[in-house]
Amino acid sequence: MHLELIGIKKTFVDEKQGKETSAIAHIDLQIEGGQFISIVGPSGCGKSTLLRIISGLEKSFEGEVLLEGQKILKPEHEVGLVFQQYALFPWRTMCKNIEVGLEIMGMSKIERRTIAEEYIRLFGMNGFEDLYPSQLSGGMQQRVAIARTLIMNPKVVLMDEPFGSLDSQTRNDMQEFLMDLWQKRNVTIIFVTHNVDESVFLSDRIVVLSKRPARVLRIFEFDSPRPRDRTSKVANDIRREIIGILRQERIEPSSIGN
Amino acid sequence: MGRYLPLIILLCLWQVLSSLGIVASYILPSPIEIAAGFWALLTVGMPPGHLLYYHILYSLYRVGLGFSIACALGIPLGLLMGWFPRFYRLFSPIIELVRPIPPLAWIPIAIVWLGIGIRSAAFIIFLGAFFPVLLNTASGVLSINPILIDAAKALSATQKDIFFKVLLPGSLPSIFIGMRVGMGVAWMTLVAAEFSGVKEGYGLGFMIMTARDIQRPDEILAGMFVIGMIGFIIDWLFRTWESSTRPWV
Repeated sequence: MHLELIGIKKTFVDEKQGKETSAIAHIDLQIEGGQFISIVGPSGCGKSTLLRIISGLEKSFEGEVLLEGQKILKPEHEVGLVFQQYALFPWRTMCKNIEVGLEIMGMSKIERRTIAEEYIRLFGMNGFEDLYPSQLSGGMQQRVAIARTLIMNPKVVLMDEPFGSLDSQTRNDMQEFLMDLWQKRNVTIIFVTHNVDESVFLSDRIVVLSKRPARVLRIFEFDSPRPRDRTSKVANDIRREIIGILRQERIEPSSIGN
Repeated sequence: MGRYLPLIILLCLWQVLSSLGIVASYILPSPIEIAAGFWALLTVGMPPGHLLYYHILYSLYRVGLGFSIACALGIPLGLLMGWFPRFYRLFSPIIELVRPIPPLAWIPIAIVWLGIGIRSAAFIIFLGAFFPVLLNTASGVLSINPILIDAAKALSATQKDIFFKVLLPGSLPSIFIGMRVGMGVAWMTLVAAEFSGVKEGYGLGFMIMTARDIQRPDEILAGMFVIGMIGFIIDWLFRTWESSTRPWV
Protein backbone atom coordinates (compact mmCIF):
# COMPACT_ATOMS: atom_id res chain seq x y z
CA MET A 1 0.00 0.00 0.00
CA HIS A 2 1.26 3.41 -1.00
CA LEU A 3 -0.32 5.77 1.51
CA GLU A 4 -2.10 4.60 4.64
CA LEU A 5 -4.06 6.54 7.19
CA ILE A 6 -4.54 4.44 10.30
CA GLY A 7 -6.93 5.45 13.04
CA ILE A 8 -6.59 9.19 12.51
CA LYS A 9 -8.25 11.15 15.25
CA LYS A 10 -7.91 14.84 15.99
CA THR A 11 -9.17 16.91 18.89
CA PHE A 12 -8.64 20.64 19.21
CA VAL A 13 -8.06 21.84 22.75
CA ASP A 14 -8.95 25.38 23.69
CA GLU A 15 -6.65 25.96 26.63
CA LYS A 16 -8.27 29.19 27.75
CA GLN A 17 -11.74 27.73 28.12
CA GLY A 18 -10.56 24.18 28.79
CA LYS A 19 -12.83 22.98 26.03
CA GLU A 20 -12.17 20.12 23.67
CA THR A 21 -13.63 19.94 20.19
CA SER A 22 -13.37 16.78 18.18
CA ALA A 23 -12.57 17.53 14.54
CA ILE A 24 -11.89 14.04 13.24
CA ALA A 25 -13.60 11.12 14.96
CA HIS A 26 -11.86 8.27 13.19
CA ILE A 27 -10.48 7.84 9.69
CA ASP A 28 -8.85 4.79 8.12
CA LEU A 29 -7.91 5.04 4.48
CA GLN A 30 -5.71 3.10 2.08
CA ILE A 31 -4.59 4.79 -1.09
CA GLU A 32 -2.85 3.17 -4.04
CA GLY A 33 0.02 4.88 -5.82
CA GLY A 34 -0.95 7.12 -8.73
CA GLN A 35 -4.61 7.37 -7.77
CA PHE A 36 -6.70 10.49 -7.89
CA ILE A 37 -8.73 10.66 -4.69
CA SER A 38 -11.28 13.31 -3.83
CA ILE A 39 -12.46 14.01 -0.34
CA VAL A 40 -15.85 15.66 -0.09
CA GLY A 41 -17.87 16.52 2.96
CA PRO A 42 -19.95 19.24 4.55
CA SER A 43 -18.09 22.49 5.10
CA GLY A 44 -16.15 22.65 8.33
CA CYS A 45 -16.03 18.86 8.63
CA GLY A 46 -12.28 18.66 9.10
CA LYS A 47 -11.16 18.08 5.50
CA SER A 48 -8.43 20.70 5.66
CA THR A 49 -7.29 19.40 9.03
CA LEU A 50 -6.94 15.93 7.50
CA LEU A 51 -4.71 17.32 4.75
CA ARG A 52 -2.59 19.17 7.28
CA ILE A 53 -2.13 15.90 9.15
CA ILE A 54 -1.10 13.99 6.01
CA SER A 55 1.31 16.77 5.01
CA GLY A 56 3.10 16.62 8.35
CA LEU A 57 2.21 20.23 9.24
CA GLU A 58 -0.15 19.17 12.00
CA LYS A 59 1.77 17.26 14.61
CA SER A 60 -0.68 16.66 17.44
CA PHE A 61 -3.12 13.94 16.46
CA GLU A 62 -3.79 10.29 17.16
CA GLY A 63 -3.08 7.56 14.65
CA GLU A 64 -0.48 7.16 11.95
CA VAL A 65 0.19 8.33 8.42
CA LEU A 66 2.40 5.91 6.50
CA LEU A 67 3.94 6.63 3.12
CA GLU A 68 5.34 3.41 1.68
CA GLY A 69 5.55 2.06 5.19
CA GLN A 70 7.39 5.10 6.57
CA LYS A 71 5.72 7.23 9.18
CA ILE A 72 5.27 10.89 8.21
CA LEU A 73 6.27 13.02 11.19
CA LYS A 74 7.13 16.34 9.52
CA PRO A 75 6.76 17.96 6.09
CA GLU A 76 8.79 16.08 3.52
CA HIS A 77 9.58 16.52 -0.16
CA GLU A 78 7.61 13.35 -0.98
CA VAL A 79 4.39 15.07 0.05
CA GLY A 80 3.39 18.40 -1.48
CA LEU A 81 0.57 20.67 -0.37
CA VAL A 82 -1.37 23.15 -2.51
CA PHE A 83 -3.32 25.68 -0.51
CA GLN A 84 -6.77 27.06 -0.99
CA GLN A 85 -5.73 30.71 -1.27
CA TYR A 86 -2.64 29.92 -3.35
CA ALA A 87 -0.31 31.08 -0.54
CA LEU A 88 2.20 32.57 -2.96
CA PHE A 89 4.89 34.83 -1.57
CA PRO A 90 3.81 38.32 -2.69
CA TRP A 91 7.39 39.64 -2.65
CA ARG A 92 8.68 37.01 -5.06
CA THR A 93 8.22 37.05 -8.80
CA MET A 94 6.32 34.19 -10.42
CA CYS A 95 9.54 32.43 -11.35
CA LYS A 96 11.03 32.86 -7.88
CA ASN A 97 7.85 31.52 -6.28
CA ILE A 98 8.18 28.38 -8.36
CA GLU A 99 11.85 28.07 -7.43
CA VAL A 100 11.46 28.58 -3.70
CA GLY A 101 11.42 24.91 -2.71
CA LEU A 102 14.58 24.21 -4.68
CA GLU A 103 16.15 27.28 -3.10
CA ILE A 104 15.31 25.92 0.37
CA MET A 105 16.89 22.61 -0.70
CA GLY A 106 20.09 24.54 -1.42
CA MET A 107 20.17 24.07 -5.18
CA SER A 108 22.30 26.53 -7.16
CA LYS A 109 20.70 29.50 -8.87
CA ILE A 110 21.38 28.36 -12.43
CA GLU A 111 20.19 24.82 -11.82
CA ARG A 112 16.92 25.84 -10.23
CA ARG A 113 16.25 28.46 -12.88
CA THR A 114 16.64 25.82 -15.60
CA ILE A 115 14.14 23.51 -13.88
CA ALA A 116 11.72 26.36 -13.16
CA GLU A 117 11.77 27.41 -16.82
CA GLU A 118 10.85 23.88 -17.81
CA TYR A 119 7.80 24.05 -15.55
CA ILE A 120 6.84 27.49 -16.75
CA ARG A 121 6.83 26.15 -20.31
CA LEU A 122 4.90 23.04 -19.30
CA PHE A 123 2.30 25.18 -17.52
CA GLY A 124 2.02 27.62 -20.44
CA MET A 125 3.11 30.63 -18.43
CA ASN A 126 5.96 31.92 -20.61
CA GLY A 127 6.39 35.66 -20.58
CA PHE A 128 5.04 36.14 -17.04
CA GLU A 129 8.20 35.05 -15.19
CA ASP A 130 9.04 38.44 -13.76
CA LEU A 131 5.56 39.45 -12.68
CA TYR A 132 4.52 39.39 -9.03
CA PRO A 133 1.54 37.30 -7.84
CA SER A 134 -0.63 40.40 -7.46
CA GLN A 135 -0.19 41.03 -11.18
CA LEU A 136 -1.37 37.54 -12.19
CA SER A 137 -4.93 36.27 -12.71
CA GLY A 138 -6.44 33.82 -10.20
CA GLY A 139 -6.05 30.87 -12.57
CA MET A 140 -2.44 31.75 -13.23
CA GLN A 141 -1.71 32.16 -9.50
CA GLN A 142 -3.09 28.71 -8.84
CA ARG A 143 -0.97 27.25 -11.64
CA VAL A 144 2.08 28.87 -10.04
CA ALA A 145 1.10 27.30 -6.71
CA ILE A 146 0.77 23.87 -8.33
CA ALA A 147 4.09 24.28 -10.16
CA ARG A 148 5.77 25.30 -6.91
CA THR A 149 4.62 22.02 -5.37
CA LEU A 150 5.24 19.72 -8.36
CA ILE A 151 8.77 21.02 -8.94
CA MET A 152 9.78 19.18 -5.75
CA ASN A 153 8.79 15.91 -7.43
CA PRO A 154 6.44 14.74 -4.70
CA LYS A 155 4.90 11.26 -4.75
CA VAL A 156 1.73 12.60 -3.18
CA VAL A 157 0.14 15.98 -3.85
CA LEU A 158 -2.46 17.23 -1.41
CA MET A 159 -4.79 19.91 -2.71
CA ASP A 160 -7.06 21.87 -0.40
CA GLU A 161 -9.99 23.21 -2.42
CA PRO A 162 -7.51 24.60 -4.92
CA PHE A 163 -10.08 25.91 -7.38
CA GLY A 164 -12.56 27.18 -4.80
CA SER A 165 -12.08 30.85 -5.54
CA LEU A 166 -11.98 30.64 -9.34
CA ASP A 167 -14.89 31.52 -11.62
CA SER A 168 -16.61 28.51 -13.15
CA GLN A 169 -15.01 28.80 -16.58
CA THR A 170 -11.48 29.08 -15.23
CA ARG A 171 -12.34 26.31 -12.83
CA ASN A 172 -13.26 23.95 -15.68
CA ASP A 173 -10.08 24.86 -17.53
CA MET A 174 -8.01 24.21 -14.44
CA GLN A 175 -9.68 20.85 -13.85
CA GLU A 176 -8.80 19.78 -17.38
CA PHE A 177 -5.29 21.13 -16.97
CA LEU A 178 -4.86 19.19 -13.72
CA MET A 179 -6.24 15.99 -15.28
CA ASP A 180 -3.77 16.31 -18.11
CA LEU A 181 -0.91 16.91 -15.71
CA TRP A 182 -1.87 13.98 -13.48
CA GLN A 183 -2.06 11.61 -16.45
CA LYS A 184 1.44 12.59 -17.56
CA ARG A 185 3.03 12.05 -14.17
CA ASN A 186 2.88 9.14 -11.81
CA VAL A 187 1.65 11.08 -8.83
CA THR A 188 -1.02 10.43 -6.22
CA ILE A 189 -3.42 13.31 -5.77
CA ILE A 190 -5.63 13.81 -2.75
CA PHE A 191 -8.06 16.53 -3.65
CA VAL A 192 -10.29 18.15 -1.06
CA THR A 193 -13.35 19.90 -2.43
CA HIS A 194 -16.88 20.80 -1.50
CA ASN A 195 -17.82 20.71 -5.16
CA VAL A 196 -19.36 17.33 -5.99
CA ASP A 197 -19.25 17.88 -9.78
CA GLU A 198 -15.55 18.53 -9.57
CA SER A 199 -14.87 15.37 -7.59
CA VAL A 200 -16.90 13.25 -10.04
CA PHE A 201 -15.10 14.74 -13.03
CA LEU A 202 -11.63 14.17 -11.61
CA SER A 203 -11.44 11.17 -9.31
CA ASP A 204 -10.82 7.45 -9.28
CA ARG A 205 -12.23 7.34 -5.79
CA ILE A 206 -14.42 9.74 -3.89
CA VAL A 207 -14.34 9.63 -0.11
CA VAL A 208 -17.43 11.16 1.49
CA LEU A 209 -16.91 12.39 5.03
CA SER A 210 -19.53 13.01 7.68
CA LYS A 211 -19.97 16.37 9.32
CA ARG A 212 -17.70 17.22 12.21
CA PRO A 213 -16.30 15.15 13.88
CA ALA A 214 -15.37 13.56 10.59
CA ARG A 215 -15.49 9.90 9.74
CA VAL A 216 -15.78 8.11 6.40
CA LEU A 217 -19.41 7.68 5.31
CA ARG A 218 -18.94 6.13 1.90
CA ILE A 219 -16.25 5.52 -0.68
CA PHE A 220 -17.20 5.59 -4.34
CA GLU A 221 -15.02 3.85 -6.91
CA PHE A 222 -15.38 5.42 -10.31
CA ASP A 223 -13.28 4.05 -13.15
CA SER A 224 -14.83 5.53 -16.26
CA PRO A 225 -12.17 6.50 -18.81
CA ARG A 226 -10.85 10.00 -19.29
CA PRO A 227 -11.44 12.55 -20.60
CA ARG A 228 -14.78 12.30 -18.88
CA ASP A 229 -18.12 13.53 -20.00
CA ARG A 230 -19.36 15.78 -17.22
CA THR A 231 -22.98 14.86 -17.95
CA SER A 232 -22.81 11.11 -18.59
CA LYS A 233 -25.36 8.88 -16.87
CA VAL A 234 -22.83 7.19 -14.56
CA ALA A 235 -21.47 10.58 -13.50
CA ASN A 236 -24.97 11.86 -12.83
CA ASP A 237 -25.89 8.80 -10.77
CA ILE A 238 -22.86 9.11 -8.54
CA ARG A 239 -23.38 12.82 -8.22
CA ARG A 240 -27.01 12.35 -7.19
CA GLU A 241 -26.06 9.79 -4.60
CA ILE A 242 -23.30 11.91 -3.05
CA ILE A 243 -25.49 15.01 -2.96
CA GLY A 244 -28.15 12.92 -1.24
CA ILE A 245 -25.73 11.75 1.44
CA LEU A 246 -24.47 15.27 2.04
CA ARG A 247 -27.99 16.65 2.30
CA GLN A 248 -28.83 13.98 4.87
CA GLU A 249 -25.73 15.01 6.80
CA ARG A 250 -26.87 18.61 6.91
CA ILE A 251 -30.33 17.96 8.25
CA GLU A 252 -29.74 15.27 10.88
CA PRO A 253 -26.98 13.86 13.06
CA SER A 254 -24.87 11.42 11.09
CA SER A 255 -26.70 8.10 11.09
CA ILE A 256 -26.03 6.58 7.72
CA GLY A 257 -23.01 4.76 6.40
CA ASN A 258 -20.30 3.23 8.49
CA MET B 1 3.37 74.51 -11.60
CA GLY B 2 -0.27 75.48 -11.02
CA ARG B 3 -0.39 73.81 -7.63
CA TYR B 4 2.21 76.23 -6.29
CA LEU B 5 0.15 79.25 -7.29
CA PRO B 6 -1.60 79.69 -3.90
CA LEU B 7 1.81 79.60 -2.20
CA ILE B 8 3.20 82.24 -4.54
CA ILE B 9 0.15 84.46 -3.99
CA LEU B 10 0.53 84.06 -0.22
CA LEU B 11 4.22 85.03 -0.37
CA CYS B 12 3.43 88.10 -2.49
CA LEU B 13 0.67 89.19 -0.10
CA TRP B 14 2.99 88.67 2.87
CA GLN B 15 5.70 90.73 1.14
CA VAL B 16 3.25 93.56 0.39
CA LEU B 17 1.94 93.64 3.97
CA SER B 18 5.50 93.80 5.29
CA SER B 19 6.62 96.45 2.81
CA LEU B 20 3.63 98.67 3.71
CA GLY B 21 4.61 98.39 7.38
CA ILE B 22 1.30 96.72 8.38
CA VAL B 23 3.23 93.81 9.91
CA ALA B 24 6.26 94.84 11.95
CA SER B 25 9.42 93.16 10.70
CA TYR B 26 10.76 92.49 14.22
CA ILE B 27 7.73 90.21 14.70
CA LEU B 28 7.35 88.75 11.21
CA PRO B 29 10.11 89.60 8.72
CA SER B 30 9.14 89.70 5.04
CA PRO B 31 10.02 86.82 2.68
CA ILE B 32 12.83 88.89 1.20
CA GLU B 33 14.29 89.58 4.65
CA ILE B 34 14.06 85.87 5.47
CA ALA B 35 15.88 85.05 2.21
CA ALA B 36 18.57 87.55 3.23
CA GLY B 37 18.68 85.89 6.66
CA PHE B 38 19.19 82.54 4.94
CA TRP B 39 22.06 84.03 2.97
CA ALA B 40 23.57 85.38 6.19
CA LEU B 41 23.32 81.92 7.76
CA LEU B 42 25.19 80.51 4.77
CA THR B 43 27.92 83.13 4.58
CA VAL B 44 28.26 84.80 8.00
CA GLY B 45 26.93 82.11 10.28
CA MET B 46 24.99 82.16 13.55
CA PRO B 47 26.75 82.83 15.86
CA PRO B 48 29.14 84.50 13.39
CA GLY B 49 31.70 82.04 12.07
CA HIS B 50 29.40 79.04 12.70
CA LEU B 51 28.12 78.43 9.18
CA LEU B 52 24.78 76.78 8.35
CA TYR B 53 26.55 73.95 6.56
CA TYR B 54 28.20 72.81 9.80
CA HIS B 55 25.01 73.17 11.81
CA ILE B 56 23.30 70.84 9.34
CA LEU B 57 26.14 68.32 9.47
CA TYR B 58 26.17 68.24 13.27
CA SER B 59 22.40 67.82 13.43
CA LEU B 60 22.46 65.04 10.84
CA TYR B 61 25.26 63.35 12.75
CA ARG B 62 23.25 63.38 16.00
CA VAL B 63 20.10 62.12 14.28
CA GLY B 64 22.07 59.54 12.32
CA LEU B 65 23.65 58.16 15.46
CA GLY B 66 20.45 58.02 17.55
CA PHE B 67 18.38 56.69 14.67
CA SER B 68 20.92 54.01 13.75
CA ILE B 69 20.98 52.71 17.30
CA ALA B 70 17.17 52.77 17.36
CA CYS B 71 17.05 50.65 14.19
CA ALA B 72 19.87 48.35 15.26
CA LEU B 73 17.99 47.51 18.46
CA GLY B 74 14.38 48.08 17.41
CA ILE B 75 14.29 45.92 14.26
CA PRO B 76 15.79 42.71 15.74
CA LEU B 77 13.84 43.11 18.97
CA GLY B 78 10.66 43.78 17.00
CA LEU B 79 11.23 40.65 14.90
CA LEU B 80 11.75 38.59 18.04
CA MET B 81 8.64 40.04 19.68
CA GLY B 82 6.56 39.36 16.60
CA TRP B 83 7.80 35.79 16.18
CA PHE B 84 7.97 34.55 19.77
CA PRO B 85 4.80 35.22 21.80
CA ARG B 86 6.82 34.63 24.96
CA PHE B 87 9.17 37.44 24.02
CA TYR B 88 6.19 39.67 23.34
CA ARG B 89 4.65 38.94 26.73
CA LEU B 90 7.99 39.58 28.41
CA PHE B 91 8.70 42.95 26.83
CA SER B 92 5.34 44.50 26.16
CA PRO B 93 4.52 45.59 29.76
CA ILE B 94 7.92 47.29 30.03
CA ILE B 95 7.44 48.99 26.69
CA GLU B 96 3.91 50.11 27.47
CA LEU B 97 5.23 51.70 30.66
CA VAL B 98 8.18 53.55 29.13
CA ARG B 99 6.68 54.50 25.76
CA PRO B 100 4.20 57.16 26.99
CA ILE B 101 7.03 59.22 28.50
CA PRO B 102 7.77 61.93 25.91
CA PRO B 103 11.38 61.72 24.71
CA LEU B 104 11.90 65.35 25.74
CA ALA B 105 10.97 64.53 29.33
CA TRP B 106 14.10 62.42 29.36
CA ILE B 107 16.38 65.40 28.70
CA PRO B 108 17.13 66.27 32.35
CA ILE B 109 17.95 62.70 33.34
CA ALA B 110 19.88 62.19 30.10
CA ILE B 111 22.07 65.15 31.03
CA VAL B 112 22.58 63.75 34.53
CA TRP B 113 23.56 60.37 33.13
CA LEU B 114 25.46 61.31 30.02
CA GLY B 115 26.32 65.00 30.39
CA ILE B 116 25.69 67.67 27.78
CA GLY B 117 26.89 66.60 24.37
CA ILE B 118 26.48 64.12 21.58
CA ARG B 119 25.75 61.19 23.89
CA SER B 120 22.73 62.70 25.59
CA ALA B 121 21.42 64.17 22.32
CA ALA B 122 21.77 60.81 20.59
CA PHE B 123 20.04 59.15 23.53
CA ILE B 124 17.01 61.46 23.28
CA ILE B 125 16.79 60.89 19.53
CA PHE B 126 17.15 57.17 20.06
CA LEU B 127 14.17 57.22 22.43
CA GLY B 128 12.08 59.10 19.88
CA ALA B 129 12.82 56.71 17.02
CA PHE B 130 13.04 53.43 18.91
CA PHE B 131 9.37 52.79 19.73
CA PRO B 132 7.91 53.43 16.27
CA VAL B 133 10.59 51.18 14.75
CA LEU B 134 10.10 48.45 17.34
CA LEU B 135 6.31 48.37 17.35
CA ASN B 136 5.92 48.58 13.57
CA THR B 137 8.42 45.78 13.08
CA ALA B 138 6.61 43.56 15.59
CA SER B 139 3.22 44.27 14.05
CA GLY B 140 4.71 43.60 10.61
CA VAL B 141 5.68 40.09 11.68
CA LEU B 142 2.29 39.55 13.31
CA SER B 143 0.52 40.68 10.15
CA ILE B 144 2.13 37.98 7.98
CA ASN B 145 -0.51 35.55 6.79
CA PRO B 146 0.15 32.30 8.73
CA ILE B 147 -0.61 30.35 5.57
CA LEU B 148 2.63 31.69 4.06
CA ILE B 149 4.55 30.23 6.97
CA ASP B 150 2.74 26.92 6.44
CA ALA B 151 3.57 27.09 2.75
CA ALA B 152 7.25 27.46 3.58
CA LYS B 153 7.07 24.65 6.14
CA ALA B 154 5.34 22.38 3.61
CA LEU B 155 8.42 22.93 1.42
CA SER B 156 10.61 21.70 4.29
CA ALA B 157 11.82 25.16 5.31
CA THR B 158 13.95 25.34 8.44
CA GLN B 159 13.46 28.04 11.09
CA LYS B 160 16.28 29.96 9.42
CA ASP B 161 14.61 29.72 5.99
CA ILE B 162 11.34 30.89 7.48
CA PHE B 163 13.07 33.86 9.07
CA PHE B 164 14.95 35.01 5.98
CA LYS B 165 12.51 34.01 3.27
CA VAL B 166 9.17 34.76 4.94
CA LEU B 167 9.36 36.83 8.13
CA LEU B 168 11.92 39.37 6.98
CA PRO B 169 10.52 40.11 3.49
CA GLY B 170 6.97 39.87 4.83
CA SER B 171 7.53 42.44 7.53
CA LEU B 172 9.67 44.74 5.38
CA PRO B 173 6.80 47.07 4.46
CA SER B 174 6.02 47.63 8.14
CA ILE B 175 9.69 48.01 9.01
CA PHE B 176 9.89 50.81 6.45
CA ILE B 177 6.84 52.51 7.90
CA GLY B 178 8.42 52.24 11.35
CA MET B 179 11.66 53.74 10.06
CA ARG B 180 9.87 56.61 8.36
CA VAL B 181 7.79 57.44 11.41
CA GLY B 182 10.82 56.94 13.65
CA MET B 183 12.91 59.27 11.52
CA GLY B 184 10.16 61.88 11.63
CA VAL B 185 10.01 61.75 15.42
CA ALA B 186 13.83 61.71 15.62
CA TRP B 187 14.06 64.88 13.57
CA MET B 188 11.46 66.64 15.73
CA THR B 189 13.17 65.47 18.89
CA LEU B 190 16.58 66.59 17.67
CA VAL B 191 15.78 70.27 17.49
CA ALA B 192 14.32 70.26 20.99
CA ALA B 193 17.24 68.22 22.30
CA GLU B 194 19.58 70.86 20.92
CA PHE B 195 17.64 73.66 22.66
CA SER B 196 18.85 72.28 25.94
CA GLY B 197 22.41 72.96 25.02
CA VAL B 198 25.15 71.49 22.91
CA LYS B 199 28.80 71.37 23.76
CA GLU B 200 30.15 71.70 20.24
CA GLY B 201 28.35 75.00 19.43
CA TYR B 202 26.74 73.51 16.34
CA GLY B 203 23.30 72.21 15.48
CA LEU B 204 20.18 73.60 13.86
CA GLY B 205 18.25 73.80 17.13
CA PHE B 206 21.15 75.52 18.78
CA MET B 207 21.43 77.86 15.79
CA ILE B 208 17.84 79.15 15.96
CA MET B 209 17.99 79.50 19.74
CA THR B 210 21.13 81.62 19.35
CA ALA B 211 19.34 83.72 16.72
CA ARG B 212 16.55 84.29 19.23
CA ASP B 213 19.05 85.35 21.91
CA ILE B 214 20.28 88.14 19.66
CA GLN B 215 16.84 89.08 18.29
CA ARG B 216 17.14 87.93 14.68
CA PRO B 217 13.65 86.69 13.69
CA ASP B 218 14.71 86.57 10.01
CA GLU B 219 17.40 84.03 10.80
CA ILE B 220 15.09 82.11 13.15
CA LEU B 221 12.53 81.75 10.37
CA ALA B 222 15.18 80.91 7.77
CA GLY B 223 16.51 78.25 10.16
CA MET B 224 13.00 76.86 10.69
CA PHE B 225 12.59 76.65 6.95
CA VAL B 226 15.88 74.74 6.62
CA ILE B 227 14.82 72.30 9.36
CA GLY B 228 11.52 71.67 7.59
CA MET B 229 13.17 71.20 4.21
CA ILE B 230 15.69 68.70 5.53
CA GLY B 231 12.91 66.73 7.26
CA PHE B 232 11.02 66.69 3.97
CA ILE B 233 14.08 65.55 1.99
CA ILE B 234 14.84 62.74 4.44
CA ASP B 235 11.26 61.50 4.22
CA TRP B 236 11.40 61.69 0.44
CA LEU B 237 14.62 59.67 0.42
CA PHE B 238 12.96 57.02 2.60
CA ARG B 239 9.93 56.82 0.35
CA THR B 240 12.15 56.44 -2.73
CA TRP B 241 14.23 53.76 -1.05
CA GLU B 242 11.07 52.02 0.14
CA SER B 243 9.44 51.86 -3.26
CA SER B 244 12.65 50.67 -4.89
CA THR B 245 12.82 47.73 -2.46
CA ARG B 246 9.15 46.79 -2.81
CA PRO B 247 8.43 46.45 -6.50
CA TRP B 248 5.57 44.01 -5.87
CA VAL B 249 3.25 46.64 -4.44
